[in-house]
Amino acid sequence: MIRIPCPHCGPRDHAEFSYAGDATKIRPADPDAATAADWHDYVYFRDNPRGPHMEYWHHTQGCRAYVKVLRDTSTHEVLAAGMPGDTLEAGR
Amino acid sequence: MAEYSVFSLIRNALGGHKDWIRAWRDPEPKKHYDVIVIGGGGHGLATAYYLARNHGITNVAVLEKGWIGGGNVGRNTTIVRSNYMLDGNAHFYEHSLKLWEGLSRDLNYNVMFSQRGVLNLGHSDGQMDAYARRGNTMRLNGVDAELLDRKDVQRLYPHLDFSAAARFPIYGGLLQARGGTARHDAVAWGFARGADRLGVDIIQNCEVTGFERDGNRVTGIQTTRGTIGCGRVGMAVAGNTSRVAAMAGLRLPIESHVLQAFVSEPLKPLVDGVITYGAGHFYISQSDKGGLVLGGDLDFYNSYAQRGNLPTVEHVMACGLAMMPYLGRVRILRGWGGLMDMSMDGSPIISKTPIDNLYLNAGWCYGGFKATPGSGYVFAHTIANDTPHDFNKAMTLDRFATGHLIDEGGKGPTPKLH
Repeated sequence: MIRIPCPHCGPRDHAEFSYAGDATKIRPADPDAATAADWHDYVYFRDNPRGPHMEYWHHTQGCRAYVKVLRDTSTHEVLAAGMPGDTLEAGR
Repeated sequence: MAEYSVFSLIRNALGGHKDWIRAWRDPEPKKHYDVIVIGGGGHGLATAYYLARNHGITNVAVLEKGWIGGGNVGRNTTIVRSNYMLDGNAHFYEHSLKLWEGLSRDLNYNVMFSQRGVLNLGHSDGQMDAYARRGNTMRLNGVDAELLDRKDVQRLYPHLDFSAAARFPIYGGLLQARGGTARHDAVAWGFARGADRLGVDIIQNCEVTGFERDGNRVTGIQTTRGTIGCGRVGMAVAGNTSRVAAMAGLRLPIESHVLQAFVSEPLKPLVDGVITYGAGHFYISQSDKGGLVLGGDLDFYNSYAQRGNLPTVEHVMACGLAMMPYLGRVRILRGWGGLMDMSMDGSPIISKTPIDNLYLNAGWCYGGFKATPGSGYVFAHTIANDTPHDFNKAMTLDRFATGHLIDEGGKGPTPKLH
């Protein structure tokens, strides 16, 4: 079982959350200036690391806020969690 | 004793089983191979086998970081089918199914392929309409499909929940009678033995650690057993695709997710085909040893852990209970997890890459096992001829850039949903 420390609700079972994927992908700021290659990268490419992975979880059955989580994909250990705009580091 | 036959079996039985030779050798890696296949799973072994058999390329090594049969080829639910709808997929999977039909004889190894039928249950008029469409498309493509009504399904499987209390009543189903199951370990061993006998070196406990490059070509593979020179390289490493590709400088439209599967205590014959639930994600069959083999959804988060979590276990079992309430009295013996290389459109990539002599076989999502022979067949063709086979020409890596996606489920670029 994964426990996610929601910044609003405290530690909660991950079954309350919906996984919302890689948080390192940034939507091109200016859609008109972005090239096809920019969109290709944004929509399809993932680093898919084994180890710490920055990701979003939606607290669907809790506060309904998006939470940013740093989680180790090789152990499922949650290393840090915070608000979507936060810069996360392991252990915080 | 190279050939397996009833005569060799009798002779060895009388002789105390002392004359069997090992199924494949354990060679030291050579300095150079014409083709190196990274990944000794089902797809890698099949690729090596067909490289040797169909294309006469026998100076081939298969590099496996662990042991043969220890990855996804030993972690699946052994289901074989070809009930696909889109052109880019349908002919490929049907070709694979046809290879399955002759595989035991071809390999001289009993892979226990059993065409016991794959039945997808439908639980609404809309779903039955969708099945009619899928079935008709399959038949137009020359693939067998049969639309069953509720009575037909009840005749086949009277023990499903046909009661008035069923939360999602069974309206009917789509049956592919030529689908079925195979013994997964035998598939790995059979291809390994077949490839070995044609001269392929299967090198286990040999993990790839890097690529040696000369411009846009790979010249050698760095491994835990030394650097090995290569003419061409095929990569078939499933859940670890992104990691190995990153060593070659490639970024890919893939996420790795964990998929759990389970087997029950052995029971007397009960489920004689493969049944999939239509109101949730659940599939079940019964192994020849009697265990019910079942699975369902991914855990839905990126993972390299080869193990999943309890909420998914509960979810899978809930689907199973809704379909077959008596499952509540069956004890689960084992559960395990495998790493799925989930692609961005739910279809595989068997393709050339931006690196001249590196070829990619990946993105199998849930569906790699059934594709094993077909995947090896067309991947060998792609490597040998430096051009795809007709059956994998749509499964390119650059389709994500050009927009020619093969999204069978219409789910969009959300890997966990495929």
